[in-house]
Amino acid sequence: MAAAAQSDAFVAFEHVQKSYDGVSLVVKDLNLTISKGEFLTMLGPSGSGKTTCLMMLAGFETATHGEITLDGRPINQVPPHKRGIGMVFQNYALFPHMTVGENLSFPLEVRGMGKSQRDEKIKRALDMVQMGAFANRRPAQLSGGQQQRIALARALVFDPQLVLMDEPLGALDKQLREHMQFEIKHLHESLGITVVYVTHDQGEALTMSDRIAVFNDGRIQQLAPPADLYERPDNSFVAGFIGENNKLLGTIEDLSGDRALVRLPTGELIDATPVNVREKGQKTLVSIRPERVEFKPSMMPEGAHTLDAVVTEVIYMGDILRAVLRVAGQDGFVMKMRNTQGQTRLAPGEAIKVGWHPQDARALDP
Amino acid sequence: MTDLAANALLTTADGRPLKSALAAAQVRAKRRAFLLVLPLLLFVLLTFVVPIGQMLHRSVYHDGFSANAPAVSAWLAAHPAGTAPDEAAYAALAEDFKAMKAAKTAGEAGTRVNYTLPESRSLFTKTARVADDLAPPYREALLAVDAKWGDPLVWEAMRSASSAYTSDFYLSGLDMERTADGGIERVPPKERIYVYLYLKTFALSALITFICLLLAFPVAHLLATLPMAKANLLMILVLLPFWTSLLVRTTSWMVLLQGQGVVNNTLVALGLIKDESRLSMMYNQTGTIIVMVHILLPFMILPLYSVMRVIPPSYARAARSLGATSWTTFRRIYLPQTLPGIGAGALLVFILAVGYYITPALVGGADGQLFSNLIQFHMTKSNWSMAAALSAMLLLGVLLLYWLYDRLVGIDKLKLG
Ligand SMILES: Nc1ncnc2c1ncn2[C@@H]1O[C@H](COP(=O)(O)OP(=O)(O)OP(=O)(O)O)[C@@H](O)[C@H]1O
Ligand SMILES: [Mg+2]
Repeated sequence: MAAAAQSDAFVAFEHVQKSYDGVSLVVKDLNLTISKGEFLTMLGPSGSGKTTCLMMLAGFETATHGEITLDGRPINQVPPHKRGIGMVFQNYALFPHMTVGENLSFPLEVRGMGKSQRDEKIKRALDMVQMGAFANRRPAQLSGGQQQRIALARALVFDPQLVLMDEPLGALDKQLREHMQFEIKHLHESLGITVVYVTHDQGEALTMSDRIAVFNDGRIQQLAPPADLYERPDNSFVAGFIGENNKLLGTIEDLSGDRALVRLPTGELIDATPVNVREKGQKTLVSIRPERVEFKPSMMPEGAHTLDAVVTEVIYMGDILRAVLRVAGQDGFVMKMRNTQGQTRLAPGEAIKVGWHPQDARALDP
Repeated sequence: MTDLAANALLTTADGRPLKSALAAAQVRAKRRAFLLVLPLLLFVLLTFVVPIGQMLHRSVYHDGFSANAPAVSAWLAAHPAGTAPDEAAYAALAEDFKAMKAAKTAGEAGTRVNYTLPESRSLFTKTARVADDLAPPYREALLAVDAKWGDPLVWEAMRSASSAYTSDFYLSGLDMERTADGGIERVPPKERIYVYLYLKTFALSALITFICLLLAFPVAHLLATLPMAKANLLMILVLLPFWTSLLVRTTSWMVLLQGQGVVNNTLVALGLIKDESRLSMMYNQTGTIIVMVHILLPFMILPLYSVMRVIPPSYARAARSLGATSWTTFRRIYLPQTLPGIGAGALLVFILAVGYYITPALVGGADGQLFSNLIQFHMTKSNWSMAAALSAMLLLGVLLLYWLYDRLVGIDKLKLG
């Protein structure tokens, strides 16, 4: 552990490409370094190449081009069983003909470990996931959540440095999923292992990860800690994929340092922070989070541009109130207000003015 | 415990016990289910259970002698085994022969005795021919027809034939015979054919099953892992033998494998073997094995395929990621999960092989014959009881194996598709 800690890049993908059919690239020029002890999540829509990346790391798929290193060692030629990577599969892949105990014993047996040492490790791993009493059950006799825990214990029992999880909670109901998210995160912290986690549930990614790699179309669109990803998306795909998001199409009217003035098709002007726009006259998509939209002038910064809006619908959601507005000639602009004592209750048909801090509106590629 | 007590007291809204209410509700459903299977049940009863029962009955029952020679049968019943036949016995015999001559049934009676003592049939027909001339004292008269009538063996044979129920057919099937003093001993070595062929049939069937398994396993695996379109094509190839007539297939094997056949000609043409040392792959045991493996292969592939198809590839991946080599993964993860398919396929192929008769008859030559060919032999000779006894022995062997399989693997683990 000490030796590995010196190296910052525990896992590195360098210019990795992957094609299954020789015609199209499923993974296009992937560059990614993961440091020791990190919890990195690959997030992205279906078919974006997340599983493929994980399989290349685990050794079940070979990279068509590029190099993957583990702990400074190139592993392209290393067969899966010599990589020492723990893996949790979406369908758990617990061996149905073995008991829970035998399942956990398997990785230890193939490593030639003695019986007493095995038993001790199995017991520790089972206790770790609070499944100590289930060693003699068959997987078929366990509930989904219990199987999940066993799969986790099996991936951890041989003390791997790196654990890969491919949508491990996909088959669980919402409540159990949230509980297991917490447990996995807890295990990650207490064991100090490196986790590469695949999901297409953005909530899961945001709550668990140290960093999130947003995949789309075989590329990493943005690699950042959850808060950065949410608050400062680099491009319109990330802005649209993570969380709810208002989009206003316009042209850059003025660009000065960290301020951009954007003219909407209706002629109105708004403030924004330029992210990936470079020159005046360029088309841009301005993205604003619904909870950062303000309608009380006192909450807006001095001299902020405002837009006229008409409330079309107000939905009561308990903790928040969600108002759907008609803004700059387009429907479906969402504003979220905290349901606090004395919050102004808007009514459909009401005319208001909305605005925001310029740093909350991000001018992105159209 | 409290649960049970509570259950016992549960009643429906109108006060009837829940159990009887449930049973009443299910009666209709049960009756419907029964009516639905009734036609099949009758069919199976008529075409399977009854014939097998009749076969088993025939294997221990033959009234050819007892029905046609009632007087001698009565005398034999009245006197214990080993009693020397007296004049009364010979008189009864002569009386029976006269009746048999009139009814032309001496052959039938002789056949029955013949099972216990070979060459008795001719003795019977010969005596019947002159039955009308027999006159007292009958002992001398009969001995004059043939001295064998004084032989205790003949009388012992008649004694065992005088009961319609007999285990003689099974005794012959086990290469045993009765001695003059009522004991049992093995027949002379040259006449021992049944037990040898019985064991050989099981051994050959086991070998055929094993070869089928070896050949089918990789193919089934390929079928299960290939993309759908390719798998379907391969499946058609696997099933192709089912679509051609058994005789056509067997004949093509003859064309291929015989001394002057395609395979030998090719090998000779390639210079791999000399013309005078052509391989004999037909009309012997090798032929039987080759052709039967080919015919039975689909019965092994299909159950294997149906089991392998539902084994997700993630198990193997999980095993590899846990540190197992591909061999360990195969041995400890994949193979055990295919066991139900192996069991089903092996049992199916073995049972079919044990009872196969047409292929060995066509391509087996002298040393490639199986037990079922003996059964067929006795059937063509109208020795129904003998054929039935041999069939019963075959059935017993298969049931024994079935039982063994259940003990070792468990019949509930069988998976046929
Ligand atoms: N074995 C394969 N052969 C051919 N194409 C494949 C194979 N596996 C995946 N693909 C293709 O590669 C692309 C990426 O697949 P991948 O499984 O990595 O997506 P993913 O991001 O994990 O999606 P999901 O969220 O649905 O699991 C998809 O277009 C898929 O069709
Ligand atoms: Mg996937």
